Amino acid sequence: MHDTLVEVNDLKQYFPIRTGIGKTIPLKAVDDISFTIGRGETLGLVGESGCGKTTAGRSILRLYEPTGGEVLFEGEPVTDRNITAMRKKMQMVFQDPYSSLDPRMTVEDIIGEPLDVHKLCKNRKERRERILELMETVGLNAEHATRYAHEFSGGQRQRIGIARALAVKPDFIVCDEPVSALDVSIQAQIINMFEELQEKLGVAYLFIAHDLLVVHHISKRIAVMYLGKIVELADADEINDHPIHPYTESLLSAVPIPDPDITRARQRIILEGDVPSPLHRPTGCPFRTRCRYATEQCARECPELTDRGGGHQVACWVK
Amino acid sequence: MAERLLSVQDLHTSFFTDNGEVQAVNGISFDLDPGEILGIVGESGSGKSVTAYSIMQILADTGKITGGRILFKGSDLTTWNDKQMQSFRGKNCSIIFQDPMTSLNPVFTIGNQLEEAVVLHTSRRGEAAKARVKEFLELVGINEPEKRIKQYPFELSGGMRQRVMIAMALACEPDILIADEPTTALDVTIQAQILELIQSLQKKMGMAVILVTHDLGVIADMCDNIIVMYGGRICERGTAREIFYNPKHEYTKGLLRSIPNVGNMKKKLVPISGTPINMLNLPKGCAFCPRCDAAMKICLSELPQEITINSDHKAACWVNVKNALEEVSADA
Repeated sequence: MHDTLVEVNDLKQYFPIRTGIGKTIPLKAVDDISFTIGRGETLGLVGESGCGKTTAGRSILRLYEPTGGEVLFEGEPVTDRNITAMRKKMQMVFQDPYSSLDPRMTVEDIIGEPLDVHKLCKNRKERRERILELMETVGLNAEHATRYAHEFSGGQRQRIGIARALAVKPDFIVCDEPVSALDVSIQAQIINMFEELQEKLGVAYLFIAHDLLVVHHISKRIAVMYLGKIVELADADEINDHPIHPYTESLLSAVPIPDPDITRARQRIILEGDVPSPLHRPTGCPFRTRCRYATEQCARECPELTDRGGGHQVACWVK
Repeated sequence: MAERLLSVQDLHTSFFTDNGEVQAVNGISFDLDPGEILGIVGESGSGKSVTAYSIMQILADTGKITGGRILFKGSDLTTWNDKQMQSFRGKNCSIIFQDPMTSLNPVFTIGNQLEEAVVLHTSRRGEAAKARVKEFLELVGINEPEKRIKQYPFELSGGMRQRVMIAMALACEPDILIADEPTTALDVTIQAQILELIQSLQKKMGMAVILVTHDLGVIADMCDNIIVMYGGRICERGTAREIFYNPKHEYTKGLLRSIPNVGNMKKKLVPISGTPINMLNLPKGCAFCPRCDAAMKICLSELPQEITINSDHKAACWVNVKNALEEVSADA
């Protein structure tokens, strides 16, 4: 078993929303989520848009000030005071490779910026060598170091973003939808690179995505989020073969599988309606308004994540 | 032979930009029969959307059909004038776009926009048109249509807006529905709702559907026949089972190997190497050959012709020719 690298305890992230003069109500983007990530492990985080998966990733790195809860990195709480030092160990790869790179910086400067911020290189020569080494690691041509981001394709830009994250030799990277903006034929290149980097450098990932097949492929364990809550967390194969939570069940059945015989033979569970607004979250279990099995208890109380054996955690009253 | 509903013959569409002519669609041909669901799959820049837009003649100002014919029930659409095309769109052929937010007008109510389509393309006016709008909103699964027709697009969720778009497209009972990435902007569970809706409406109304997407999962789920496009050309076409279980073009093979699927969860993905094609600078031979592992000399210099694999399947790849020749020489 891996020893724990990142521990998230009851993390809360509320955003105040103005509803009138002097009136605000909290938008509970992330509400009481807890999980751990082992050294060199990949935890997949899936859910539909607006479920809080991106916010969760950003709160862990303190890109937002969390409303409550704590994040422990190697047992040490991540706070405002030590965040600069912590970011030497925790990094992020963003979804959009077009807007996450400064168009006025050369590739060399983009990858070199974290080296400068954390003063990791003694002189220009060392900095240059490290940058070229990083470019090679992510499969970029070293001759392109003086080019600007717009001269690269989407897949290559994502490689630049990954090289930037790797520059400080982090132990943990939050990958926020790193392949969803890329073409199908390029996605596999980047997915493979993430896997190879993990084997080589032992880095752990929080892999946030909405594509369940991609997440299943890359992750060891998967957490499913719905309206700011984790509803199920288990081993990737376990969650895929034996989903327990009704939401996970329908989510999996809704994914179109690129295999005509399998996908057509499958029983699809079509959910009624849309995801409710996080501003007006249902009482009790957040999923109950779309759930086939909802009972009175679901409306009254919100179920906690409980272990159903073998580390398979589910938050549901019925199942 | 009976007249085809739609027959695209050697279609060429180009965009004239400051950097030169971009040949987005390069001589593609296909037929569409009534009640058929045809999938066009390819990555961005493969010309799949441009093909759809060419049929509707809704290309951007710089775009132009430079060759070929598009026969609708035997009549060539490329010779039709603007007025004829206007009545073709909506009445004979409708389109649903990818982004339901930008394709609805934000300053008119849902009812207003739907009614406009009905009034424009059918003889219904006034109350009859309103009744039709309500009927179709119900058909696409929008509850409380009375309330919805008074609402503006921003008041509806993404899935709802896409339902409104579908209602608008179907309100005039077209013969052909073109769905251009209809679910790409939507969440998985909403995507399932919309795909199910398109499928059931197709069965109910019997129209033909052209589904344009990059998602092989959606294609596998929905389509009878599939066209795989790359670099503005068709590399392979066939029934869904043929394409997925017996791919004969190196690009299709590579694509299927590179996506996570139920069968390869524990294995490494096999990516297609290289970067997407630059349409300004098309290679002389096969468009895919710079990225192809099986590329031969002839692939660089000569365009592969489409070869019949079997009655349900055609592919344009030199590798098949080589294999066939080897078989013949082995027999001899």
